[in-house]
Amino acid sequence: MGAGRATGPPPPPARATGPNRSIDFRTDSMTRRARNWLPGLLLVSPSILLVGVFVYWLITKNVLTSLQRSTDFVTDRVINPGGYRNYTQLLASSQYQHALFNLLVLTVVFLAGTMAMGLLWSVLLERGVRGEGVFRSVYLFPMAVSFVAAGVVWRWLLSPAQGEGQAVGLNQLFIKLHLPGLQNGWWSADSRFSMAAMALPAIWQLSGYVMALFLAGFRGISQDQREAARIDGASEWQIYRHVLFPQLSPIALSALIIIGHQSMKMFDLIYSIAGPNSYKAEVPATLMWTQLFSKSDAQAAAVNATILLILVAVVVVPYLVYTNKVEERSR
Amino acid sequence: MSADATTPTAPDAGGAPEAPSARRPLRIPGRKDSRGRIDTGLGAANGGDHGAPGVQGSTGVRVARGVLITVFMVLVLIPMYVLLVTSLKAPGDIRPSSAWSLPTSLSFEGWGHAWDQLGPPLYRSVILAVSAAVVSSVLGSLNGFVFAKWRFPGSNVVFTLFLFGMFIPYQAVMIPLQGMLLDVQGALPWFDGIVKLIVVHSIFGIPICTLIFRNYYATAVPTEMLEAARVDGAEMLRTFRSIVLPLSAPAFVVTMIWQFTSAWNDFLFALFLTTRNNGPVTYALNELAGGQNPDYSSIMAGVLIASLPTLLVYIVLGRYFISGLMSGSVK
Repeated sequence: MGAGRATGPPPPPARATGPNRSIDFRTDSMTRRARNWLPGLLLVSPSILLVGVFVYWLITKNVLTSLQRSTDFVTDRVINPGGYRNYTQLLASSQYQHALFNLLVLTVVFLAGTMAMGLLWSVLLERGVRGEGVFRSVYLFPMAVSFVAAGVVWRWLLSPAQGEGQAVGLNQLFIKLHLPGLQNGWWSADSRFSMAAMALPAIWQLSGYVMALFLAGFRGISQDQREAARIDGASEWQIYRHVLFPQLSPIALSALIIIGHQSMKMFDLIYSIAGPNSYKAEVPATLMWTQLFSKSDAQAAAVNATILLILVAVVVVPYLVYTNKVEERSR
Repeated sequence: MSADATTPTAPDAGGAPEAPSARRPLRIPGRKDSRGRIDTGLGAANGGDHGAPGVQGSTGVRVARGVLITVFMVLVLIPMYVLLVTSLKAPGDIRPSSAWSLPTSLSFEGWGHAWDQLGPPLYRSVILAVSAAVVSSVLGSLNGFVFAKWRFPGSNVVFTLFLFGMFIPYQAVMIPLQGMLLDVQGALPWFDGIVKLIVVHSIFGIPICTLIFRNYYATAVPTEMLEAARVDGAEMLRTFRSIVLPLSAPAFVVTMIWQFTSAWNDFLFALFLTTRNNGPVTYALNELAGGQNPDYSSIMAGVLIASLPTLLVYIVLGRYFISGLMSGSVK
């Protein structure tokens, strides 16, 4: 969403000339005005009801679940003490901290990778090259593939087995290319930062999207500005650095928000590459599955999900507000 | 491709960045004019070749750029190569050391086996994706009309609340959602599998479809036309049917494609709400790939089969797909 809203030129002054305003000078009667907006409200009401129930009511129920006390069926041992202590308990658990750290590594690498690739590709293409349409389509096609399908291929590409006769995927390719030293265990390697490897397929899938955003941004900048800078004696690099890139910063912000919040929600890809209960590749989103189905601990799963929602909201809500403001100002 | 009524001159938009696109009429629903270029030529059919615009840099720079673009294209296509090559190998032909080689002889055994496994779920996915696309699009167009042209007090707040529904991690509603849908299923036994997913995707698709239609109507439907209808005393629904709806085709294409793709590619809801016997193709693909003795030719063929519909949509209708992306890539 926000991509379009944040960076577009001022939307048409729909407000000022909209039906509501015109009513204002046509009549001063309250009932008349209500009669004018009521049908609109009625038309939207089925959706308000559905979104209200399926988004906001279910979120509320989830939060309520996350605050419940629970005990072991057999031993009566307290599993979740209830209230806010459910949250402190999960936040203090080493498994959850491990998942959070993994998510941090994943997100940082994923963001850096997609932004770098997307920007590089858009710079390569923005001035126009022969066959640009083909290149763009190729860079973008991974976007059309589901995370599960991509995950299946990348599970093979990132197989940890090493050495001739064992290695498949990229490790085998490195052997073939006489670069056996590059072989590694990828996401299942014994390193705290091995989760960075999990970002590779994600970067593969979404770099093209960031490229498309930046490319649209470049094409929205009028050529006169470049000409003017050139006449002033600016080098090509200076033009990018001081004229073009600054104008892309709203787009960069949109891309960061969208990619960042996708990273926090990422489940399909990790599930299909690492399997359902992998500790090595665990992030909060996959841990929730484990909590719910392997440990049958709905309260902990709900706590986890609520924290995830808060994390996403912290990123997204200010952005929505900011976008709204930009739109208002441009009215 | 040329069906886009609002894009009378697609080919001109290739790469000459001097055109002041910000002053162009809206070409693609769901986003603002300034980004009116990236979409054109994204469909593979529309090559996007064009003459060299303005200063292109020295020959050295051009060659380096061309080389880089090609190298990246090859890198992006690596998983595609793996899929095609492996899917066409006979089971005996699959050895780690020849993992990257072409098949010694063509075998369609893998394709046959994958088709047997994925046929029924593929059919269910078609039903799911088409139904969810239609329902969300219809609701989205009604909502978009109101939010753009028939505001009611508080409609901005409601709209922002809708938008937030687009960003939430679905984990945050999953636990109570499962329970609620099971309750319904208790009363209505046929409410299971794909039916559940249709409901869920239709509802969670409302925000993005509303956003796309709202942005589209804000620019594509002149308020004066509605004013005229008002003076005529036309009822709101009649206004919608006779004036707004006939103009809506481009936005419908975008939302239908967007919803089709995201419902088709979804795995999270499928995993939580369906089983191997009534789930969509992503579920079945994960099952196919998750066996103990992986049969890589059928797994890779399965990935291709499961991805083909969305890839086809992307290739044939790429430009609309992109404009959907632009207005909100968030699932």
